[in-house]
Amino acid sequence: MNLTFIFFVILGILAIASAVVTISSRHPVTSAISLVFHFFMLAGLYLVLQAQLIAVIQVLVYAGAIMVLVVFVIMLLNLGDEEKLKEKFNVRKGAGFLLGSVLLMLIIIVFMAQRFGVKKAPGTVNQGTIEFIGRELFSNYLFPFEAISLLLLAAIIGAVILAKRKID
Amino acid sequence: METIPLEYFLGLSAILFIIGTIGVLTRRNAIIIFMSIELMLNAVNVTLVAFSRYMNDPAGQIFVFFVMTVAAAEAAVGLAIVLSLFRNKQTVYVDEVNIMKW
Repeated sequence: MNLTFIFFVILGILAIASAVVTISSRHPVTSAISLVFHFFMLAGLYLVLQAQLIAVIQVLVYAGAIMVLVVFVIMLLNLGDEEKLKEKFNVRKGAGFLLGSVLLMLIIIVFMAQRFGVKKAPGTVNQGTIEFIGRELFSNYLFPFEAISLLLLAAIIGAVILAKRKID
Repeated sequence: METIPLEYFLGLSAILFIIGTIGVLTRRNAIIIFMSIELMLNAVNVTLVAFSRYMNDPAGQIFVFFVMTVAAAEAAVGLAIVLSLFRNKQTVYVDEVNIMKW
């Protein structure tokens, strides 16, 4: 029971709790705030896994950029509390929990069926640093890196076209 | 580092993924469904980083980088769809949108 393990347990429990709040709260702003909290907890978990660059990107991109966009849209639409779910949605809720528990069963079966015999391989320790990731990104993964810029361009154009009031 | 088994990270990620799945299936607000999808993407990212760490292979972290880029693109397009949906139908509840329903 060392410090890393205690960190893992605390961060994991907080991440699960904030995820539950995210999907169960009635007001969208509460969901968004607890989702930001969840992203910070995940960044902590990445630090436990010694992936420093991913942790920083998690905070910058998810908590910083994507969630600001989501909160902005919530405020723009002026969404209030979700009204009480009608009777017919209980069927839908039941089906959702049923499918979720089937998924849980599948994962448990996979866990039971095989142990992941992964030992920590010897090698570089500092593979989470920005230098290491950057070198990999611009040497072995250069083509996907360039391709993803096309995807971002397409997303920008698509968002502008969709959010525009009328195409003249 | 060596004190935490890989299975713990996989289990945590599985729990988070299932919470996201239940959110997508049970909520009717399109923005909360959207946030549940982000939860699922992040759960998979935890798995990728954990495997990358335990197998000493940087490919997992590079893949997380790309997943985040796709999530950002998805956020932009998805929220634009929600905006134009609200403009046309004055609602963000997915059960009130049935124009494509057969």
